[in-house]
Amino acid sequence: MIHASAERLTRRYGDTLALDEVDLEVRAGELVGLLGPNGAGKSTLVSLLTGTRRPTSGRALLCGGDPRDPASRRRLGVTPQETGLPAGLRVGEVVDFVRAHFPDPLPRNVLLDRFGLTDLIRRQTGGLSGGQKRRLAVALAFAGRPEIVFLDEPTTGLDVEARRSLWAGVREFHAEGGTVVLTSHYLEEIEALARRVVVLAQGRVLADDSVESVRGLVGMRRVSLTSDVPLPDLENLVRTELAGNRRHLYTPDADQLVRDLVAKDVTFHDLEVRPTSLEEAFLALTAGRD
Amino acid sequence: MLALTHARFQLLEVFRIPIAVIGSAFWPAASMLAFVVPFTRHDPVAATYATASMITFAVMSTNLFQYGIGVSEDRAQPWDPYVRTLPAGAAPRFTGRLLSGLVMMAIALAPVVLIAALFTEASIAPLTFLLAILVTAVISVPFILMGLAIGYWLPQKAAIVVAQVLFLPLAFGGGLMAPPGGAPKFVEVIAPYLPTGGAVRLMWATVGEYRPDLDSALSLVGWTVLFGLIALWAYRRDEGRRFG
Repeated sequence: MIHASAERLTRRYGDTLALDEVDLEVRAGELVGLLGPNGAGKSTLVSLLTGTRRPTSGRALLCGGDPRDPASRRRLGVTPQETGLPAGLRVGEVVDFVRAHFPDPLPRNVLLDRFGLTDLIRRQTGGLSGGQKRRLAVALAFAGRPEIVFLDEPTTGLDVEARRSLWAGVREFHAEGGTVVLTSHYLEEIEALARRVVVLAQGRVLADDSVESVRGLVGMRRVSLTSDVPLPDLENLVRTELAGNRRHLYTPDADQLVRDLVAKDVTFHDLEVRPTSLEEAFLALTAGRD
Repeated sequence: MLALTHARFQLLEVFRIPIAVIGSAFWPAASMLAFVVPFTRHDPVAATYATASMITFAVMSTNLFQYGIGVSEDRAQPWDPYVRTLPAGAAPRFTGRLLSGLVMMAIALAPVVLIAALFTEASIAPLTFLLAILVTAVISVPFILMGLAIGYWLPQKAAIVVAQVLFLPLAFGGGLMAPPGGAPKFVEVIAPYLPTGGAVRLMWATVGEYRPDLDSALSLVGWTVLFGLIALWAYRRDEGRRFG
């Protein structure tokens, strides 16, 4: 059974093309990671699949219906952005408000207990710490006994212990047959949970593959050096940047690149190797293709 | 039922900041004390008309501000797109907002009525009083729609400015600051065609001998339809203004 799907899904904001004919299928019981840098179209894709925005063209389906139809969203859970929780309201009040929308919600105590929020029930959300807000946001996604949840960076900014317990909660939901779509711009967060990763960049699906192959794709290194001679052809070199007399070489295999430089007798100094952020990796990948 | 949940949720949020509640009740009450009580003390007819004007003023300002600014503020918050993912259509949210708006309006109107009863000679028959409540509900419709139109149409900062810029000319131009027929000449000319002028004329006719003209009643209907159409259009167009 297909739980959520996009067919040639396109969304424009004025002149900006945020999503460009994206095709995607999420089957029931899958745990899919949606990875991409800021502005890649992740939130747009999620907003179209959860019914908060209308596609410019193409089709979005959720639980077999139009996500803009409230009936299609009865089995859906979504995390709000934790910066948007109504500051003046208490944790218990926010939870009850969300529960009131579902035909058969989780009992309040069960939900609060599962996410370690029981002691905070009378606290106003504006006074919660970042981690507490994040836990409340994730809890809200599970309030209506969903069959499919969209979690937006559920564990970013949490300490190690809180992150582990949240991951355990998500895995448990998945083990019981729940479908999870996890968006993040950190590969680590997605690696911890998902088997399948969909990589979005510039509004398009760049890759839809296993975690291992995606790590190879975006796990890029930047090798920087200063050299007075032109560089020979190098294998696995995705992109070269020039900054003054420094060259920045982007490659998935820094060890091999450095070995090749040495083997080919290229003179260089001030060698520096560091991992790239997802943004840099995407920039290198997409610039390399154009 | 869900509409009540939404109304309760919105009111809880307002009441957690008591100054917001006091704020919306302050201006109508203060205007009563500053402009109506000292000048109409011994004149029951003038006091009754002036109270009706102040009620119209309060209806206009509370709805303009709480819908115009309130809705545009909510739209700027990430909470609003989240609520749109819950399995409920627009109706409960809309009705809930309307209900909480009526409660806030009642809170702003209560002191005006109390001050009129306690400190002025304004008088009104019980049946007329009930009728006046009904008319108050009717004239609140165009101002609620006006607020919604502004709130859904404009971004937050623009909405605040527009609400503040509109509110005084509407009050003054509609003749709310003067007794029937006593406003400056140009105000008397334009007032019947402003929503505030049309509304206050209905109120005056309800509480006194005032005879409203057909023009002003028709123009009020016209404004109501116009604000309703803009509000509907802006609501449909609104999908938040956030990229991602």
